[in-house]
Amino acid sequence: MPSLQSLRRKITSVKNTQKITKAMKMVASAKLKRAQSRILAFRAYGLKMRDVVANLSRRVNRDLHPLLQKRPTKVVRVVVVTSDRGLCGAFNTNIVRRALEFIRECEARGVKVEIGLVGRKGREFFKRRHWTTHEPYVDIFDRLSYEHGMEIAQTACEQYMGGKYDEAHIIYNEFKSALQQRVIVEQLFPIESLEESGEPREALGGGYHYEPDERELLDPLLMKHLQAQAFRILLESSAAEQAARMTAMDGATRNAGELIKKVTLYYNKTRQTAITKELMDIVGGAEALK
Amino acid sequence: MAGKILLEVVTPEHLLLSKQVDEVIAPGSEGEFGVLPGHAPFISMLKIGELRYKIGDAWSYMAVLWGYAEVNQTKVTILAEIAEKAEDIDVERATKKVAEAEQRLAVGGLPSELKEAQISLEKARLRKRIAERNRR
Repeated sequence: MPSLQSLRRKITSVKNTQKITKAMKMVASAKLKRAQSRILAFRAYGLKMRDVVANLSRRVNRDLHPLLQKRPTKVVRVVVVTSDRGLCGAFNTNIVRRALEFIRECEARGVKVEIGLVGRKGREFFKRRHWTTHEPYVDIFDRLSYEHGMEIAQTACEQYMGGKYDEAHIIYNEFKSALQQRVIVEQLFPIESLEESGEPREALGGGYHYEPDERELLDPLLMKHLQAQAFRILLESSAAEQAARMTAMDGATRNAGELIKKVTLYYNKTRQTAITKELMDIVGGAEALK
Repeated sequence: MAGKILLEVVTPEHLLLSKQVDEVIAPGSEGEFGVLPGHAPFISMLKIGELRYKIGDAWSYMAVLWGYAEVNQTKVTILAEIAEKAEDIDVERATKKVAEAEQRLAVGGLPSELKEAQISLEKARLRKRIAERNRR
């Protein structure tokens, strides 16, 4: 039977842990509120932009712009968006698992895979496995701004145009609600036309007219699109991360509470036993003196 | 000419407007264009200018600063960098900005500075114009 003192220590220690998890939950929920309002505000723009570009790419001649052109796939880049910090439940595990699945699929097709990273956790994971990774962006989630989206889009675009890879996909957590995240795999390059997106065919009616002409319009529009998507994905992931952390810390706090209850009960029982035992001794002693 | 068009204006900050309207006139980079229901699909860049739309007989105004417009038969989507409804514009601030920019242009400076001042003058003038339109 553990001593009373060690039980007391255990209770204090769990209480302290609970304090920490509770504080982390509060911080996460405050951060979530901010991240959530940012993604909700931006999502409309990001998704509309995607629709416009998707519509466009269905009608336009794909050879017109290198970002739309499909070429034989030899090298695929996979960008894995993880968080910078841990203690957020299965957030990173889910992403990494999906990424590994995806990589295996590609390798089964005989395609070479390169890994690009956003987030410290993902980098640690792939480093442990001794996989080479490219351009890890770490520590950006604390001060996320549109510039990060621009930078990522710019680099990715240059590399793609330079022929470093022929296809790029991005894997990230989408913020569905404060309680739910969803792992999404999205194709970045070449820019896809989402067949299922939007209106039925007949509503499309023929080709587009452009003002100014196609080439002049396409270039800045596609670039803008990439930036917006990159930024949107970062925002999604950052909100999802905070939500996951909040849920995880909420669970941890609750578990700690239960543990405290259990150990306290045990402590009281032990204490009571000890007291009873002492009483018995005294009674026994008094009885013997008679 | 039956039906209406769905006009949607989005900026990176928010979805500013989503309404069924009868007519839209937007500031294309090659000149203003008007859209009625059933318009042939096209995409245009936008410049700094005035976007106006009609519901029934009433016109509403909006300042749009750069962006893109996608038009198809039933829908106009405006993806703007900045967009402001006329009633949301602070006239006094816009007036002040006009004066500031004019002064900066008058003083002169590096070409890049001048260009910046020129743009901010344009922006401020537009805001002022649109806000005043709304008043009348």
